[in-house]
Amino acid sequence: MSTPTTQAPPTTSTATRRPAAAGFLSGPAGRNAGLVIALLILCVVGIATAGDRFASTDNLLTILRLAAVTGVVSVGMTFVIIGGGIDLSVGALVALSSVWATTLATQALAADVHWVVMVGTALLVGAVAGLVNGVVIAYGKLVAFIATLAMLAAARGLAEIIANRRTQIVQDQDFLRFFSGSPLGVPTLVWMFAVVAALGWVLLNRTTFGRRTFAVGGNAEAARLAGIRVQRHTVALYVLSGVTCGIAAVMLMARTTTGSSTHGTLLELDAIAAVVIGGTLLVGGRGTIVGTVLGVLIFTSLSNVFTLNNLSSSAQAVAKGVIIVAAVLLQQRVAAGRRQRRSPRAVPPTAAEGAPAGASPGVPAP
Amino acid sequence: MVRDNQVLLQMQGIVKTFPGVRALGGVDLDVRAGEVHCLLGQNGAGKSTLIKVLAGAHQPDEGEIRWDGEAVRLTDPQAAMKLGIATIYQELDLVAGLSVADNVFLGRERSRFGLSRPASAHRATTALLERLGHPEIRPGTEVGALSAASQQMVSMARALSQDARLIVMDEPSAVLDNEEVERLFDVVRDLTADGVAVVYISHRLEEIRRIGDRITVIKDGRTVATGLPARDTPTRDVIALMTGRSIEYVFPGREDRPAPAAEPLLEVEHITVPGHVADVSFTVAPGEILGLAGLVGSGRSEVLEAVYGARRPTSGQVRVGGERLRPGDVAAAVAAGVGLAPEERKSQALLLGDPIYRNITLSSLARFARGGFLSVRGEKAAARAQTEALDLRPVDVDREVRTLSGGNQQKVVLARWLLRDCRVLLLDEPTRGVDVGARSEIYALVRALADRGVAVVVVSSEIPEVLGLADRVLVLAEGRVLADEPAGALDEHQVLDLVMQGTPTHSEDDAA
Ligand SMILES: Nc1ncnc2c1ncn2[C@@H]1O[C@H](COP(=O)(O)OP(=O)(O)OP(=O)(O)O)[C@@H](O)[C@H]1O
Ligand SMILES: [Mg+2]
Repeated sequence: MSTPTTQAPPTTSTATRRPAAAGFLSGPAGRNAGLVIALLILCVVGIATAGDRFASTDNLLTILRLAAVTGVVSVGMTFVIIGGGIDLSVGALVALSSVWATTLATQALAADVHWVVMVGTALLVGAVAGLVNGVVIAYGKLVAFIATLAMLAAARGLAEIIANRRTQIVQDQDFLRFFSGSPLGVPTLVWMFAVVAALGWVLLNRTTFGRRTFAVGGNAEAARLAGIRVQRHTVALYVLSGVTCGIAAVMLMARTTTGSSTHGTLLELDAIAAVVIGGTLLVGGRGTIVGTVLGVLIFTSLSNVFTLNNLSSSAQAVAKGVIIVAAVLLQQRVAAGRRQRRSPRAVPPTAAEGAPAGASPGVPAP
Repeated sequence: MVRDNQVLLQMQGIVKTFPGVRALGGVDLDVRAGEVHCLLGQNGAGKSTLIKVLAGAHQPDEGEIRWDGEAVRLTDPQAAMKLGIATIYQELDLVAGLSVADNVFLGRERSRFGLSRPASAHRATTALLERLGHPEIRPGTEVGALSAASQQMVSMARALSQDARLIVMDEPSAVLDNEEVERLFDVVRDLTADGVAVVYISHRLEEIRRIGDRITVIKDGRTVATGLPARDTPTRDVIALMTGRSIEYVFPGREDRPAPAAEPLLEVEHITVPGHVADVSFTVAPGEILGLAGLVGSGRSEVLEAVYGARRPTSGQVRVGGERLRPGDVAAAVAAGVGLAPEERKSQALLLGDPIYRNITLSSLARFARGGFLSVRGEKAAARAQTEALDLRPVDVDREVRTLSGGNQQKVVLARWLLRDCRVLLLDEPTRGVDVGARSEIYALVRALADRGVAVVVVSSEIPEVLGLADRVLVLAEGRVLADEPAGALDEHQVLDLVMQGTPTHSEDDAA
């Protein structure tokens, strides 16, 4: 009862091979390569439309400085989303942290002791608010979307109360001097973003904490039964996000020399968009820091190119929306392409490997 | 028995390649109307892939499918359903948030003038479930709240509702107990008497002997034998065809085991979980294997979950090595050296999108970490050792678990707990879906663990497995202990009798 009509190639059936070029684009590295290409295209467009105004060191540093704040928050957001949650309160937490760290009392204390007090206050406020988020979600069993939406409203309201709707000026010159410096020609804010991203990468990819984050987001029940303290871990993720908000608040205080209840407005949207463009799945369990960093850079460069071309901020907002949808559609295409490549004609078994897509039904062979 | 001898389905030279894997390398299958055609093969042989091709869920790269003698292309599941092919997948494919009736008619909703007709769907669903011997499953119940066995029945009802001419069942008995398997067989006999053909996949040879007409054996994605008579082919031959070698399907000897130490390692005292477990007590000594026998719904899994802290008992306590465990705290149990390989691998154990090695090391991360930093190389080496010991294929530990065959996924779950040097190991249906060859390897591994002083508790729906593997057997019914005897003192019939008399009515219960 052998096969009379078809000949079967003599490949061993279950042989697996090193990832080859064909599977590359579907792996995380390949997806990031796609983002790099997008970024390069954006640069080409920038140079073509704005010439030297785009391709100058100054402009580059401007882009990076703007990217830094969103970037730091996005790193925290990446952890939360990979862990199966979402944090809508980040913008409001940035505002609250900045206001709390610039109250007269805090500034007076900072003047007496050291400006580190202000930084510490910002981080602490972010962390505590994150803790509240985490506890409400993990132990109160509230949906993350609702819990952090409530925090968004509450934190911004509290910020307004504390600031009494006034913008608070940062008085401490040492603070401003420290954060407005440019060691090695690169602004401190950009260094901060780089350090946060690097730490985030290590934490996500090289530690048990990171591995557990993937597990909790990928299958919370399996993680629990594997002995992971899922609730505690969830709390930790929101605290982490809160701390990145505190860092971002410090950065904004330095950049604008103010603390204000309007800081970070709509920051949550930019951060979530950057994370999603960077290839992190909103359902959790998958994602990369590198992708998020690229997502942030793409987003900021885009605004920059638009601004240089004198597009109104309203037009920019529309364009951003379109681009988010396009990016997600593109990601789905890549995923579909992966499935298509299962056809042996497109990829002979000798060359095929790499991360296979889900077990979803295949696409008809051509 | 076989009323109609005409060939209904012919598959020839089916080839299906996934990236890096040739799952099917030329499979032939022909099925006659009114027969039960059994598919046999080791884990990863390609059985499920073949039936997914037949169901239109996968597109073959090569090969021909003939239905009633005519060549057909099954471009999607709808096309297969239209021809009259209904499939019960190995991995249950129900929508947890929908009701039983909604699931049964999913995609074929009953409507009139565009309005759905829930009452008629409910009636039809009730009738189908009655036919399957499960009138207690209500059509309005949410499927996610049902036990695995009941969910299997819902899948079955869905297949029946399609008035199919061919029903494919991929390991339907894996989640069923003896009595339910009997009822399934009755339904299968009814169907075949009406000329419906059934393709039946199972790793349990006894079942195939009883219900099957002909056998096709698949090995490494190829048909190695077809049309074997299901009743008369010697087991030895079938296994040799499947594995390419001859394996004795045996349990490891129990004689040379050291006498259980006087001090029990695991002590369970009067635990009660309302609705599931009623005042259960037992002890397990180091080096001892305790088997839990009982029907599905008798509280076996719930006992394990309560011991493990995944379920909080309302009273009673669990002690490991004399230390009392905090009730309802899994992490504390794990820290005390308790491990549970849960019953439902997909929802309770696996990270499907993650590679094999990450799934295996998940409970032992601390071992591969120094100051919180992981050594991926160490993880992979340890995972590889486990996969080799369990004969898990593919051997590449970077492969996504999603792409493994059902039996191999089960081995990943086991590997996780074998890796984690547990003191107390709780195994819930450890060999579900595992092929004959790998089974004996798992039995040997479990015995070897016990010999190293681990206390093991095994739950299994297969009574021979409980009797063969365990030193002592606890028979449960409706959450109560009916018997606690040395395994040698019981035989299969006694256990069956106990199990049956303890449960005058079969009670539905949820696994939530
Ligand atoms: N989506 C997929 N991507 C990549 N490989 C796959 C995919 N699905 C199945 N395979 C591979 O195809 C082979 C056959 O798998 P299949 O599920 O058909 O086995 P099986 O005979 O049903 O085994 P079991 O008895 O364990 O259920 C395996 O090597 C498996 O890893
Ligand atoms: Mg299978």
